Amino acid sequence: MSNKAVDAAEKNSKMINLLLILLVIALVVVPLFIAKDAEFGGADGEAEEAITEINPDYVPWFSSLYEPPSGEIESLLFSSQAALGAGIIGYGLGYFRGRKAKRDGEGK
Amino acid sequence: MDLSKRVQLFLCISVLVLLIPLKADAMHIMEGFLPPMWCLVWGLLTLPFVVIGLKSIKRIIAENPRLKILLAMAGAFAFVLSALKLPSVTGSCSHPTGVGFGAILFGPTVMSVLGLIVLLFQSLLLAHGGLTTLGANTFSMAVVGPLVAYGVFVLVRKMRGSQSMAIFLGAALGDLLTYMTTSVQLALAFPAEIGGFAASMAKFMGIFAVTQIPLAVSEGILTVLIFNAIAAYGKDELKLLKFFPEGGMNHVK
Repeated sequence: MSNKAVDAAEKNSKMINLLLILLVIALVVVPLFIAKDAEFGGADGEAEEAITEINPDYVPWFSSLYEPPSGEIESLLFSSQAALGAGIIGYGLGYFRGRKAKRDGEGK
Repeated sequence: MDLSKRVQLFLCISVLVLLIPLKADAMHIMEGFLPPMWCLVWGLLTLPFVVIGLKSIKRIIAENPRLKILLAMAGAFAFVLSALKLPSVTGSCSHPTGVGFGAILFGPTVMSVLGLIVLLFQSLLLAHGGLTTLGANTFSMAVVGPLVAYGVFVLVRKMRGSQSMAIFLGAALGDLLTYMTTSVQLALAFPAEIGGFAASMAKFMGIFAVTQIPLAVSEGILTVLIFNAIAAYGKDELKLLKFFPEGGMNHVK
């Protein structure tokens, strides 16, 4: 493949990736407009309600050992989880990229 | 382009299904909300997959120590995605699982172990899911999800579908089937008085599966994206996993 073809292919895949990212963002944003009055509850309350509806006598036989004291603390823990994961992914991609750049540099 | 046309079709169908209004929250089974008998059943069913997964991870690292970083990234991807509670057209939130990526790279049982770690973290620190329901939740998210993702990926490749399409469909369906499994688990434990298992099943499917459809599409796309990113720079590792050349997909045993 000539350099030009490689460049074109790279540009093309970049466009596709950008498009895919926009699609994901749309998938997140569109529901907010379609279901305008919804609560967007995050708790697992609905399933809980459904269970009590089906079997009103059911009593949960165990409760969580630790519960985040507030929504803020919970979101802190959730974002820490995401940050940890994103950090590892970023580290890995950076490592791959640096390695490739070094190798490409040596090749020239 | 062939790929984007099929993606478009898939999206259109999804959006159509989504327009059925249903209010629901969807996630893992809550602590204490599964009778002890079922906790035991799902726990026992999950156990062999975790054991095989541990052995599989050991072997992968022993054979190719340089794959460690990719293994960590597979776990990290599940960590990120299961922390993102996304809004759905049903007016409630749920989160993707992120297990399809690792399952496609390393095989399904590896993700049984990594998924278990994610679920343990969430049940201990976040009161999300639970210890008593850990077996059931691991079964749906870390056994069924990865198996479906891997199976669909291999199937689409066999049918000569493109690699991206195989990854997209694998990850999206793995995500969706995870929550369908959750519905089956709850329906088995809580059959309705009238209508029994089927009636409960319909109810829980409405809560868990429908909300999940757009998130499954998101998960499919995000998995293609991370795969593209790794394919751009980390071809060596993917070659170790026999991902290249195109078409010659064949997993390390």
